[in-house]
Amino acid sequence: METQAFQKVYTKILNLTKATVTLKATDVGNEEMAMVHGRMGQVVKIMGDEVILQVFAGTEGIPTNAEVVFLGHSPQLKVGDQLAGRFFNAFGDPIDGGPDVEGRIIETGGPSVNPVRRKQPSDLIATGIAGIDLNNSLVTGQKIPFFADPDQPYNQVMANVALRAEADKIILGGMGLSNDDYLYFKNVFDNAGALDRIVSFVNTTDDPPVERLLIPDMALSAAEYFAEEKQQKVLVLLTDMTLFADALSIVSNRMDQIPSKDSMPGSLYSDLARIYEKAVQFPHGGSITIIAVTTLNGGDITHAIPDNTGYITEGQLFLRMDSDVGKVIVDPFRSLSRLKQLVIGKQTREDHPQVMNAAIRLYADAANAKTKQDNGFDLTDYDERTLKFARAYSEQILAVDINIDTEKMLDTTWELFQDNFAREEVVVRQEFVDKYWKK
Amino acid sequence: MERKNKTTGVVAGIIANLVIVEVEGPVAQNEICFIQHPESNLMAEVIKILGKNVYVQVFESTRGLKIGTKVEFEGHLLEVTLGPGILSRNYDGLQNDLDKMDGVFLKRGDYTDPLNREKKWDWTPIAKAGEEVSAGSWLGEVPENGMPHRIMVPFKFEGKYTVKSVVEAGAYTVDNVIATVTDKEGNDIDLTMVQKWPVKMAVKAYNEKPRPFKLLETGIRTMDTLNPIAEGGTGFIPGPFGTGKTVLQHAISKYAEADIVIIAACGERANEVVEIFTEFPELEDPRTGRKLIERTTIIANTSNMPVAAREASVYTAMTLGEYYRSMGLRVLLMADSTSRWAQALREMSNRLEELPGPDAFPMDLTAIITSFYARAGFVYLNNGESGSITFIGTVSPAGGNLKEPVTESTRKAARCFYGLNQERADSKRYPAIDPIDSYSKYLEYPELVEYLTKNISEDWLDKVMHTKTLLLRGREAQEQINILGDDGVPLEFHERFWNSELIDGVILQQDSFDKIDANCPLDRQKYMLEKVLDITEKKFSFDSFEDVNGFFKRIINELKQMNYSEWNSDKFKAYESELETIMKERLN
Ligand SMILES: Nc1ncnc2c1ncn2[C@@H]1O[C@H](COP(=O)(O)OP(=O)(O)O)[C@@H](O)[C@H]1O
Ligand SMILES: [Mg+2]
Repeated sequence: METQAFQKVYTKILNLTKATVTLKATDVGNEEMAMVHGRMGQVVKIMGDEVILQVFAGTEGIPTNAEVVFLGHSPQLKVGDQLAGRFFNAFGDPIDGGPDVEGRIIETGGPSVNPVRRKQPSDLIATGIAGIDLNNSLVTGQKIPFFADPDQPYNQVMANVALRAEADKIILGGMGLSNDDYLYFKNVFDNAGALDRIVSFVNTTDDPPVERLLIPDMALSAAEYFAEEKQQKVLVLLTDMTLFADALSIVSNRMDQIPSKDSMPGSLYSDLARIYEKAVQFPHGGSITIIAVTTLNGGDITHAIPDNTGYITEGQLFLRMDSDVGKVIVDPFRSLSRLKQLVIGKQTREDHPQVMNAAIRLYADAANAKTKQDNGFDLTDYDERTLKFARAYSEQILAVDINIDTEKMLDTTWELFQDNFAREEVVVRQEFVDKYWKK
Repeated sequence: MERKNKTTGVVAGIIANLVIVEVEGPVAQNEICFIQHPESNLMAEVIKILGKNVYVQVFESTRGLKIGTKVEFEGHLLEVTLGPGILSRNYDGLQNDLDKMDGVFLKRGDYTDPLNREKKWDWTPIAKAGEEVSAGSWLGEVPENGMPHRIMVPFKFEGKYTVKSVVEAGAYTVDNVIATVTDKEGNDIDLTMVQKWPVKMAVKAYNEKPRPFKLLETGIRTMDTLNPIAEGGTGFIPGPFGTGKTVLQHAISKYAEADIVIIAACGERANEVVEIFTEFPELEDPRTGRKLIERTTIIANTSNMPVAAREASVYTAMTLGEYYRSMGLRVLLMADSTSRWAQALREMSNRLEELPGPDAFPMDLTAIITSFYARAGFVYLNNGESGSITFIGTVSPAGGNLKEPVTESTRKAARCFYGLNQERADSKRYPAIDPIDSYSKYLEYPELVEYLTKNISEDWLDKVMHTKTLLLRGREAQEQINILGDDGVPLEFHERFWNSELIDGVILQQDSFDKIDANCPLDRQKYMLEKVLDITEKKFSFDSFEDVNGFFKRIINELKQMNYSEWNSDKFKAYESELETIMKERLN
């Protein structure tokens, strides 16, 4: 970005910390962007004529006589159809060697949709993954993260979901993405012939971590452009939100704020909600669906990051390695799609809700049987059957490598019921038993 | 706080939504001001005054705000506007009518009128010339969605007044003068249907506030039967995310025995509010046959809306509740989630660099929560009529740990505790209210017990207590079975365990998404509880513990099918007789 003639140049920095510079300046707006010694910064506090700027890349090497130029606007993005197929950094500048985008400038991180202008999400998103479609069906306009340990294949699963979701646009917000993962996404989307439907905003592990804080707003502003103005179905992928939250804690720590649980800022809930609540279904058909990744530390969901996330999002997809079948599964106990009841049994077959619940209950019985077994007790015949059921259910339904339609998922589950149980052991409404219990 | 000239000031500091204003002239704590940002006026509330520096929390984003911007103080606290036309409206936390705003996105500084000023209301006078009146006295009424909406002497009026005149029956707008009253000095004051009240102050225009003594039927078995809430009572629902707080609150708001339902969506998901907009206009109030939306008002300050207005939203909701209570109506107030309000307090307290209490929450958190809950209650009005606010808040404990400040503070304030249990939710045993840890202090109120005895049955409380005992014994039996193994315990332990499973499956569990099971009226609750207790009394003969399991699963299944069937329908009776047949097999 070039310095323009009317812009005032300041050259006297009063205070310098690891993340911020303070200088005397006038006529500066809160949250205004600035160039500090060639690095991007943003106003975070103003006290009288003293302005405190956060420098995204850190202040290393910045001298007290560095040039500071205020840009007269808060973070912004140029939007237009040309965004499609392109890769950008956290500031919205191309990183794919292509030309600058032509388009209209919009402010990112803008206001939220008036709740009365929203429509209740109602369109099922089929992913082919039964652990999702059968037990945790997704709906357009939903926001939901994968909860996964760092060694699980969440980016692969997410890429699969994205490609099968029939979205008009897929917007990737990569935060702290390793270069390999960045190239992985680029390749799968390219191989699927989908690159022209995809817009990416990427902060890799090579970039300063604090810059990540701008990624979700960039991605979601682009999403709003396509979903609201162009009335498209937009899917936003945010990976990894744990690294985003880590950056928040770095900043609040450097600004000497009082940390709350797990060294996270007290505003973590609001900071995350502002992002996730951008998911929306518009009455005109356009929508923003957010699928995110929150990596866990040893499966601990009580940590402030997954905990606050769970309170905000409309459920979570919990990935877990099932050592009995040697596959990664969508854990039916800790996973939840809060919007599933809007579509299951309505856009899917009538028996869907009951079959789903019955199977999970039986799977829970199996977990109890397993505990019994581990404690060295004899198993009953029923226990044995639940264990057999659970293994088959894990393999044929819960595993993330499944790709079948919902009808088939339901039929498979009925078969597993009939293979292992008597009718009254599977508590399902009588009318469905009469209809689907074939044996 | 009335002033001739508005106090003014200029912005001198900005830290997120905390703004420091340098002021000339008098300012009051909690006074409202407007920051004259060139794009739009931004509303803010005074939260601290240090000499010339007045700290205000802005109810909007402060992006782009500059030092030196002019600020005007309004001379009043944060107020709501009270009058007919509040029902079925969707307001934000500051009572702006969301439907009146233009555009898809909320615009900063877009403040809209909560009332409809054009609509004519069908007025019937109540008070007569010459009568002595005071704050809260009914002057007349207009029908609002089938409910009598009483127009009252404004709550701000102190002392006694004499009615000079009341307009005759007819159609009037809210701004028409409907009565004139004379104060002690002989000054005439014209009154319209509209009045204002500062949200953070409790409305006290009633005669007395007795202890709650009536049961408030919610249609939720595990609440009404085991741990009932009283009309005018308070309760809270703590639970980790996804355990069913919101679904439970929505279910209560659909079927509870209330005239008015006010829902404060406080810092939670926008789609949950949309669910109410979408469903309530379709659903019927089982008691009046009118649409649910007609008795409902929503205060939506969802999690992406300005944080400072989150705090305001619960107070706005409470004040609207107090207004309707003063009309002699039964108000049910819900706030989801009060933890978000506490977090908003925490964010501001941290910005003010106050000394933090536990988990960085403000030191006075308990006091704030307690005085808020204290505004609920059953009251006798000055004219002898009664009204009530029953308040139920949800709490979202960090990490699901109930030993955190918001849960602990709320425990001191609320009389019913409906703790949602993660394991119950994981195994889809909804509503996941833990039957053993949860409690209703009202069961210890002789007034309420008397009410139950009179209105349900002589031995109702004994049955309830016995049910709790059976649940506890079931849990103990289960623990023994887990330790000693199925064969390591007497058969009776299995029976004990399965008796508690029977109560769990048939009474505690309830499917909020099933058309029929979602709402269980009290007479049906009584019938089912008696049926279940009856079974637990029977002596069945079993050969092995596997017999016990199989048998109980079958009878639970039949009873569940009864729950899913229309009350006393042929289907219901058919399952009931199947149940008898199954039981006969094991009765000798
Ligand atoms: N009473 C119930 N009946 C059936 N399902 C329920 C019930 N309560 C909760 N659920 C399920 O649990 C999910 C989460 O419930 P919700 O009330 O949104 O949780 P919370 O508000 O505690 O985070 C719902 O989307 C629904 O699938
Ligand atoms: Mg909730």
